[in-house]
Amino acid sequence: MRGVLKRYRFTIIMFILFLLIIMLFPGHSEAVKGSFSNQILTMISIIPPVFILLGLFDVWVPRETIINMLGEQSGIRGALLAFFLGSAAAGPLYGAFPIASVMMKKGASIYNVFIFIGAWSTTKIPMFLFESNALGYRFSVSRLLISIIGIVSISFILNRSTNTKEKQILYERFQTSNS
Amino acid sequence: MNTIIIYVITVVAILISLIKDSNKTVKALKKAIMSLEKILPQFLTVIFLVALAIAFLDQEKITQLLGDNSGIWGILAASIVGSITLIPGFVAFPAAAELLENGAAFAPIAAFVSSLMMVGIVTLPLEISYFGKKISIIRNSTAFVFSIIAAFFVSWMVSI
Repeated sequence: MRGVLKRYRFTIIMFILFLLIIMLFPGHSEAVKGSFSNQILTMISIIPPVFILLGLFDVWVPRETIINMLGEQSGIRGALLAFFLGSAAAGPLYGAFPIASVMMKKGASIYNVFIFIGAWSTTKIPMFLFESNALGYRFSVSRLLISIIGIVSISFILNRSTNTKEKQILYERFQTSNS
Repeated sequence: MNTIIIYVITVVAILISLIKDSNKTVKALKKAIMSLEKILPQFLTVIFLVALAIAFLDQEKITQLLGDNSGIWGILAASIVGSITLIPGFVAFPAAAELLENGAAFAPIAAFVSSLMMVGIVTLPLEISYFGKKISIIRNSTAFVFSIIAAFFVSWMVSI
């Protein structure tokens, strides 16, 4: 119970503030309520199914089988796979780091690992659907296009800016870490 | 329409999963509920915050801060805010839509969404512990520059 209260403390503070504002500023209360219900509706229309799909994905797709297909020799297919993997993932960006480290450990290339991280952060499929819903297809499709170019460029820059020795140090670090 | 499609896909996915393995399906649904509950406090806090902000930032102020005339400063400000904040995308989208409806321009909104997703100032120490200083700093700074490029591109695409 205390844990729940602690996690929701900001929410509770905001809720009290919300009620206070509605009571103290009747002139603004319509706009506040309208905006609130608007956002809640948007949320209900998409969040529950998205979370269920992500849960199913998590349970059905084994990680190990995929990780081996992303090594230095995987070429364009590996990059595409890394991209798709990241896009199908769930969770915030920092959730990608542990998985990326497992990929590195199994010998995935730096280029593919950062394509994966970029896709994880930006081109998630459920996110894209939600973005289209909220901001329109023109916005989301054009942002998706430029993001793909951006992700590949950033991965390329990262791969180029680390020399062979640095890469080796990095790989050794992952080999010895227990993550 | 979108909503109906995604609900139908989800129901079909659950049914297929149930036929294949009911235990796994229950596990997946539990995971879904748990991750949803994890995010809920953040979610509600942001929704309240945006609702209040919208009410007191009238159209004129939003237009001033993030509107068509806010120019490069509006884009930069949006990118910086996006880099620092740690709100999940699906919390940010309704908020962004609300801002657009209330007079914000497309460019700063695109800058905000892009930097929110790619740049993580708060999570930088964590990233460094995985990939080292050099890679982490290069990744975040190139991503920041990218969010500004994306802003111009998206705003141009939307205006065509």
